[in-house]
Amino acid sequence: MSHEAALHGHSEVISHDAHHDEHHVHHHKETFISKYVFSMDHKTIAKQFLISGMIWALIGGLMSVLFRLQLGYPDQSFPFLEDILGRWAKGGRISAENYYALVTMHGTVLVFFVLTGGLSGTFANFLIPLQIGARDMASPFLNMLSYWFFFGASIVMISSLFVQTGPFSGGWTAYPPLSALGEASPGSKVGMDLWITAMALFVVSSLLGGLNYISTVLNMRTKGMSMTRLPLTIWALFFTAVLGVLSFPVLLSGFILLLFDRHAGTSFYLSDIFISGVGPMDHEGGSAILFQHLFWFLGHPEVYIILLPAMGMASEILSVNSRKPIFGYMAMVGSLFAIAILAFLVWAHHMFVTGLNPFLGSVFVLLTLLIAVPSAIKVFNWLTTLWRANIRFTPGMLFALGFVSLFISGGLTGIFLGNSTLDITLHDTYFVIAHFHIVMGVSAFFGMFAGIYHWYPKMYGRYLNNTMAYIHFWVTLAGAYLIFWPMHYEGLAGMPRRYMDYSNWESFKQFAELNKFISTVAMIVFAVQILFVFNFFYSIWKGRKVTTQNPWESNTLEWTTPIRPGHGNWPGEIPEVHRWAYDYSKDGRDFIPQNEPIGPDETTPH
Amino acid sequence: MTTTAIFLVAILVLGFLITFQIAKASEYVSVLKGEKKSMEQSNRINGFLMIVFLVVGLIGVWYCNELFYKKTLLPFPSASEHGEKIDLMLWITIIITGIVFFLTQILLFWFAYKYQHNPKKKAFFFAHSTKLEIIWTTVPAITLCILVGFGIFYWFQITGEAPDNAMRVEVTGKQFGWIFRYPGKDNTFGKKYFRNIDEQNSNELGLIWEDPASHDDVVLSQTMVVAKGTPLKLIINSRDVIHDVGLPHFRLKMDAVPGTPTTLWFTPLYTTEEMKKITGNPEFEYEIACDQMCGNGHYSMKGIIKVVTQADFVLWRAQQKAAYSAITPKAEPAAADTTAKATALLIRK
Repeated sequence: MSHEAALHGHSEVISHDAHHDEHHVHHHKETFISKYVFSMDHKTIAKQFLISGMIWALIGGLMSVLFRLQLGYPDQSFPFLEDILGRWAKGGRISAENYYALVTMHGTVLVFFVLTGGLSGTFANFLIPLQIGARDMASPFLNMLSYWFFFGASIVMISSLFVQTGPFSGGWTAYPPLSALGEASPGSKVGMDLWITAMALFVVSSLLGGLNYISTVLNMRTKGMSMTRLPLTIWALFFTAVLGVLSFPVLLSGFILLLFDRHAGTSFYLSDIFISGVGPMDHEGGSAILFQHLFWFLGHPEVYIILLPAMGMASEILSVNSRKPIFGYMAMVGSLFAIAILAFLVWAHHMFVTGLNPFLGSVFVLLTLLIAVPSAIKVFNWLTTLWRANIRFTPGMLFALGFVSLFISGGLTGIFLGNSTLDITLHDTYFVIAHFHIVMGVSAFFGMFAGIYHWYPKMYGRYLNNTMAYIHFWVTLAGAYLIFWPMHYEGLAGMPRRYMDYSNWESFKQFAELNKFISTVAMIVFAVQILFVFNFFYSIWKGRKVTTQNPWESNTLEWTTPIRPGHGNWPGEIPEVHRWAYDYSKDGRDFIPQNEPIGPDETTPH
Repeated sequence: MTTTAIFLVAILVLGFLITFQIAKASEYVSVLKGEKKSMEQSNRINGFLMIVFLVVGLIGVWYCNELFYKKTLLPFPSASEHGEKIDLMLWITIIITGIVFFLTQILLFWFAYKYQHNPKKKAFFFAHSTKLEIIWTTVPAITLCILVGFGIFYWFQITGEAPDNAMRVEVTGKQFGWIFRYPGKDNTFGKKYFRNIDEQNSNELGLIWEDPASHDDVVLSQTMVVAKGTPLKLIINSRDVIHDVGLPHFRLKMDAVPGTPTTLWFTPLYTTEEMKKITGNPEFEYEIACDQMCGNGHYSMKGIIKVVTQADFVLWRAQQKAAYSAITPKAEPAAADTTAKATALLIRK
């Protein structure tokens, strides 16, 4: 398809000297509202997602600090908490109700609002048009709607924190009957209705975004940009969008049935329930496990929705800063594809101890452990990319290396949990907490940080401060391991997750000192994230200016745009692509951009 | 306390300010020095830190193990036969993944250090190698087949049918505690229905008294007693939301789902008293921990399994009164008395 279709009436004539000049040449005047608020420029929408995601990450991170405070110091009270949080911390102690509300919101916020909305929303929006050579998304309007649905979801979710009966507190997986019955937990009253509403809006946002990303990648690549010349970032973001589009609707259907059970008297998930002090419930005949199937049919692909963009960005950034082509490009694409397919076939490994048919369980063991094969391919390919490289430790590169380290550590423990025999003992213990925080929490964050540091010059025309970036990296990497590595041992002691106090348990109370230590490190790491956020906002206005068009000497198309590209990205013609994105250190040349034609005596053209 | 908080915030702000000033200053210095030179310098520092992180990290892994290994379940034998298989599987997996972990992490940080930027060198253009890629597709695939094979083999043994002579106990979770039911002499659980639950009239499980099988059922809360060496089959229910019967020392767990009974069976290998000696903890108990988020009291949902010798179990069992006796005070005592006498005689013999 011709890239002409992507043109907007005004985009060809944008002057690139400075973005203010746009006003002179535009057919219509850009107001503050149309430029920064209801913008249809994919770059602005990406920044909106990024900044919203960062605000969410601060809120979600702060929640974890608060509940870690309770977990580390169960016998102490902190009067200042009452000053800040009011009724959430009466007498300076977080009550059980609020502890569970914090845990639940921490999970929901970070999984969906930060690592899905914030991560995919930011980088799919920012990188897809820039790296495939398009002026904008297939539908800039839907793209704008995608952000504003996300914003609406955020408002509803935030508002649930302030209702009388408290926000939802039954864990981010929202298993009924707990999530279905207000009688069973105060958090399952209005808080849960708001939670479902927010999640429904979020799903809409995610679908609008995802459909847009898919159609843009498939239809709007510039001349010469065949699928096999795409940078790995785009492949990863493409598969991410496919996963989201196919799995989020299933989640929504699960939530709608839940809503019916809550308010319409149906019994999809409910049966044989008697609540102390209330009496028997009317519902009969439903299956509580059905919800878990529907939830994890999204829930597992969701893990890869979070992880694939990080993988893609890490691949790109490792290659650029190693000054070497990514090793095994086709294997990298193939393994992304394999992961995307397998992501749909492993959901029941979250349900080995629900009474699942053992034979079915064994099929899921096989399929789950199969994922380790493409994952292993990726790790070995990253390692080989580093072999005999010439590495520049830019902040982006450091985070990409950290990503690989964390992905290995967290991925290997997945081999424990995917094996049903071991899951019997490890399920819902701290081993699981350690596993998924390392592999999809921290490592996806590292991918996101890598992306932010690497593309910040393109986003704002300025650099982030390097010294703060180095501090940010080393403290976060060391902190992540200090927090989560010892948790494996707690898990091997059988210590269950989601307990607010272990001191009454003979089997688990031996870790009191360790819990204190972990809480302290968590606070330090959180403080360093504030440093990063400060660096981010400070550098937007005061950072060192970017003076060259291609500061990382990278091959991809985004670096052929002006330093501060306007709406439409390229002032003139969109460049034509002649090669893949990874010709680094080839034929004695440091790098050969994608838009450079193949020379007469070049070896192995791509 | 508020002053401490203000003090802490002050320290934090000061820390930020100092870091920020240093960061700003070093940026100016690097501009003065020239971008290239300062890049080379920070590259060397970060490259060096890579190898430092590797070495300190490996020492940390060892030290962490030193500190916490003895606090896990692994130094002590598993309290059930199934647990022994799980432990073996765990060790196989720890060894295989451990090798991969050390190998890949060492390569990662070593490469990062070794191949740091050197203006005199050029990177090696190495885009792909079919041979290498085949190696690291097949080797992990074969290794995983081994793990899958062992895993599924043990999984079927553990989840298979309980032996016929297994003792059956029904476990029911509720917010926030456990109810246990033993079938009486007839070895049959009486029927129950959740609308019959009547806590005021000691019918916590909703037993249907019209069913005679329910008349000798024994209902207990919080602590259950089982015999060492006898296979035990748990029939797991929930009265309200999803709970989970977590048995860390037996290495087992199973969800309690309202409306859908689940089962779990194992053979206890050590009595509670023996386990006190093995673990060296005089306070040791086999605790049942709820392992599925079930509401605000989740963290306090504890049950106890007391494992006793066969003889002690028979004695204990004889002393238990059927739940029905609470409803009909006249009918029951006689029946209970005779069984108690009979079993007491049995033990003496």
